[in-house]
Amino acid sequence: MSVGLLSLILLLLAVAGFFLGRSRAIASSGGDTRRLHSRPQFHGFAAFLFTAVPGFLVMVVWLIIQPMAIEGRIDSMIPDRLAPDMAARQLAMSDVRRVAGGLDVAVAQGRMKADDLPAMKSDLAAVRAQLAEVGVALGSDIQPEIYEAALVYRDLGHMASVGMTIAALAAAVAGFVYGQSRIRMGFRARNATERFTVVVLFIASTVAVLTTVGIVLSLVFETLHFFTLYPAMDFLFGTVWNPQFHGGSSLGLLPLLWGTLYVSFIALLVAVPIGLMSAIYLSEYASRRVRTVVKPLIEILAGIPTIVYGLFALITVGPMLRDYFAQPLGLGDSSSSVMTAGIVMGIMVIPFVSSLSDDIINAVPQSLRDGSLGLGATPSETIRKVVLPAALPGVVGAILLAASRAIGETMIVVMGAGAAAKLSMNPFEAMTTVTVKIVSQLTGDTEFASPETLVAFALGLSLFVITLGLNVFALYIVRKYREQYE
Amino acid sequence: MTDISAASAAPARRKGSLLTQDALTRKRNAAEGRFKAYGIVAIALAMLALVALLISIFAAGLPSFRQTFITIPIELPAEKLDKAGNRNPAEMAKVTTVGYTSVINAALEKVIEEKGLSTEGLTPKQIGGLISQEAPAQLRNYVLANPDVVGTTIDFELLANGRVDGFFKGRVTMESAQLDSNISPEQLAMAQELTDAGIMAKRFNWGFLTNPDASDQRPEAAGLGVAILGSLYMMIVVLVLSLPIGVAAAVYLEEFAPKNFWTDLIEVNIANLAAVPSIVFGILGLAVFINFAGLPQSAPIVGGLVLTLMTLPRIIIPSRAALKAVPPSIRDAALGVGASKLQSVFHHVLPLAAPGILTGMIIGLAQALGETAPLLLIGMVAFVRDYPGPLPGGLFDPASALPVQVFSWTTRGDPGFVERASGAIIVLLVFLLIMNAVAIILRRRFERRW
Repeated sequence: MSVGLLSLILLLLAVAGFFLGRSRAIASSGGDTRRLHSRPQFHGFAAFLFTAVPGFLVMVVWLIIQPMAIEGRIDSMIPDRLAPDMAARQLAMSDVRRVAGGLDVAVAQGRMKADDLPAMKSDLAAVRAQLAEVGVALGSDIQPEIYEAALVYRDLGHMASVGMTIAALAAAVAGFVYGQSRIRMGFRARNATERFTVVVLFIASTVAVLTTVGIVLSLVFETLHFFTLYPAMDFLFGTVWNPQFHGGSSLGLLPLLWGTLYVSFIALLVAVPIGLMSAIYLSEYASRRVRTVVKPLIEILAGIPTIVYGLFALITVGPMLRDYFAQPLGLGDSSSSVMTAGIVMGIMVIPFVSSLSDDIINAVPQSLRDGSLGLGATPSETIRKVVLPAALPGVVGAILLAASRAIGETMIVVMGAGAAAKLSMNPFEAMTTVTVKIVSQLTGDTEFASPETLVAFALGLSLFVITLGLNVFALYIVRKYREQYE
Repeated sequence: MTDISAASAAPARRKGSLLTQDALTRKRNAAEGRFKAYGIVAIALAMLALVALLISIFAAGLPSFRQTFITIPIELPAEKLDKAGNRNPAEMAKVTTVGYTSVINAALEKVIEEKGLSTEGLTPKQIGGLISQEAPAQLRNYVLANPDVVGTTIDFELLANGRVDGFFKGRVTMESAQLDSNISPEQLAMAQELTDAGIMAKRFNWGFLTNPDASDQRPEAAGLGVAILGSLYMMIVVLVLSLPIGVAAAVYLEEFAPKNFWTDLIEVNIANLAAVPSIVFGILGLAVFINFAGLPQSAPIVGGLVLTLMTLPRIIIPSRAALKAVPPSIRDAALGVGASKLQSVFHHVLPLAAPGILTGMIIGLAQALGETAPLLLIGMVAFVRDYPGPLPGGLFDPASALPVQVFSWTTRGDPGFVERASGAIIVLLVFLLIMNAVAIILRRRFERRW
């Protein structure tokens, strides 16, 4: 029975439980529902949950475990002759799956008879031709072992599907009976359903934790896998990045890290003065009207997707810098450069610096300003000598947050910074960053078990650790600073 | 008393009037003016950057919405296109685009002859080169869809070649054509004559919004149809998953969570996830959804799942703020008349917080719509020409996405694709503008201040 049909039956059973439970609750009160602990629909809903939850739980658990169990069994049927290594074994497994799927389709269309399948082993070429007719094209002839494995796979799959139907229905019926037996006048149905709802809410809130766990696990496992193929020390301290298709690659992190930090440094050089000065002007000098117009305009910069900045770097800033600065000064003739990516990224980061600094400057107590102005200081002296020193920790936190944003940025550097890994000081030269290399190592047709691909996970882990560290530190500073004036 | 008189006697008396500025005051006032000017300059620079960004994208992208077409009567000879003569599309499909190319070229030559234009210096192949390589395929599809037109003469709009189109948009000039092996100045002169004769003209290009992607040689035929559909599918996945999960998580954390270690852990996690670089989510999607769970590459379902995980913290944070903004008196009143905690939240607090939550949701969706980097890793850069199927099965078909389509166009060789990429950005920005406008209107109209 298909999953969709089974779900529908479980749902119908649960709905039946709802109506039966509700009417039983009304009956148990003798027609006066005020005598019940909970209102009748809570009884109904409790009966619904008692039926649906066990049924669906069994189904989901079964669906997760079934493929693992069956594939473990099939795996032992594939001889080593056909699958000398892991990659070949995976290919053989997918062949088994496709043959089994093709046979299913062929049987469903009436081209083959289910009883004839074992006998067809003698003419596998004909099987292949027939499978091609139903839309399953196989690269080579079917090996007899693969065919047998496919038959077993089919049988096990059918058995498992029957088993799942029986188990899920049994669980649902048991829940149905138990739920109905609980319904009487004093049953605290509302408490039961509400407890369940709170559990659902709690599970939703753990998705964030699960995401973090997923990120950390996938990064750490693949990175460890990478370090078994490539020495960790060479990765962390290598100064050459030169991946080769046929092994013998040099995969040093340092040139990429240098490019990343250089681009981010230039971005901050652009964003910090502009962002900070506009925040100061907006919070200390600007009239209300100017504020209400300019602030949203600056924040538009934060709402523009990074791909737009990337294109801006590619078609406008890059060629402009090359034609008016790099070539006349003899510093290079590449339109993608650290400078291009840095300036464009700086524009992108301006609103992060300005809006955070704005909040922080506004949090400085007015009494400090009044005191300074009362002593005869000009507004600018007040800002430079009183407000900014008081806000400094918060501003540093804002800059660190902006830095972490710049380090993790991908599209601008992919389109603006270039692809050559270099340790150079010249900002008009094309350099590359950690994020660019993650993209280039993981896109395209790459073999998944090679160090050249797996290095992307190690790069991702480095990036994750750096940005997370910066963030935690920055948030700590900002929070500490906020407490100071509360 | 003595102290004061002694202190006041010590500094030298300041001379001059209060009304005239001395050197120090002038210096301080100048510093004040300079400081204020720095602020104005900083804001001006930020505004300038925004304006330059928008102008450069719009200047490069707007031409992509207009396209050069050649409208000529085309004779569709039955003996060539339908040899069997029974108008059966299955049999007519045996005629490939090569057959249609010759039909089109014959029609064009006939028109040129009728108008009395000189074809001096042009080979027949060069004349045919004025028309896009995609045009025969379009004519073929049209004929196969309407088999009855075979044997008649129809007026058909053919896409002009990308270089010819570029000539009318100023991208290709006579000088650049001289160096270009794909087009010659004589061809451009012919294109100009055809325009003067009213056969070739530019018009609004709906195909840009509806056509699928086209190969490297045919920027004129490339469109955003598959990308828009793919983005739409992903947004549906994100909306369906992240709205219930995000709201449930926000309600739990704001209304029910006990103050303990586990709650703190969840809160720290959400704050940090919002700042994790988006590309890391792409790695997660590749490792978990594609390699571990075995979902297909390039599929909107995977993109939607990745974007959901990325968007969730960005929805939970504003949703919590909206819930927090509902005053406790509402909860107290509900509890006071006998509602349970859950009823007070779902019947009273949540409806009052709904506008704020929806605003946060729309802004989160807008961010997800523009996100590119994670989608590159799950294979959405692949060249996809087929539209994904109808929902829900289409979620598993390969598709592209708007921002990814922009990226893949910028990596192509033909300069016509830069114009296309900028045009696609304009489409993307229009979608974002609409979403943000809806969010602002929602906030203005329904947000309550307590």
